[in-house]
Amino acid sequence: MRHRNGGFKLGRNTSHRRALLRNLTTSVILEDRVETTAIKAKAVRPLVEKMITLGKRGDVHARRQAASFLQTPEAVDRLFATVAPRYGDRNGGYLRIIKTGFRKGDGGEKAFIELLGAEAELGEKREKREAAKAKKREELQKQLEEQQQAEGGENAA
Amino acid sequence: MPNPKRRHSKQRTAKRRSHDFLVPTGVSECPNCHERKLPHRACPKCGTYKGREVLAVKSEA
Repeated sequence: MRHRNGGFKLGRNTSHRRALLRNLTTSVILEDRVETTAIKAKAVRPLVEKMITLGKRGDVHARRQAASFLQTPEAVDRLFATVAPRYGDRNGGYLRIIKTGFRKGDGGEKAFIELLGAEAELGEKREKREAAKAKKREELQKQLEEQQQAEGGENAA
Repeated sequence: MPNPKRRHSKQRTAKRRSHDFLVPTGVSECPNCHERKLPHRACPKCGTYKGREVLAVKSEA
């Protein structure tokens, strides 16, 4: 009987699982939105919420507790400076998980996990990404054209 | 070793298998593009869920 065996094991031993969840928590706080499997998203949600609660407390002890869990000092800074102040009047439920379908290779269910109230920043990020993509595509096109011209020249000579 | 005492009739086999059928997946309709989609998931066609949550949708290539 699997009575009182809650939680997610994620097919890893304790240290591997802890490292994975710490990394994921750090990423969610740094990036606002992370694409992962639905189960991993469910597993990190309570951890991220605990971090945000620490961020709302905002004292030095809370900061040290957060620093002992999060993997990078940048994440701690972001948590206390930008993430936690968004949720002043909200008690929990800081995150949103949206399932997006199944992965091709192994059929794993994918999902986005994102912080509420990060929509504006996410939109900006996406615009930047798309601009970078368009630029890259243009450059590639240029290179291709130059190559074709060079080849044409060789053939003529 | 124990053996079956009686012949197993076709009727018996058929009766046992009467519950062995596949059930169609629950499918809901996307409120945005009216495409069929899985419930509780973002629409793969138009990338929306509950009115926003636009995911990157590949339009070309």
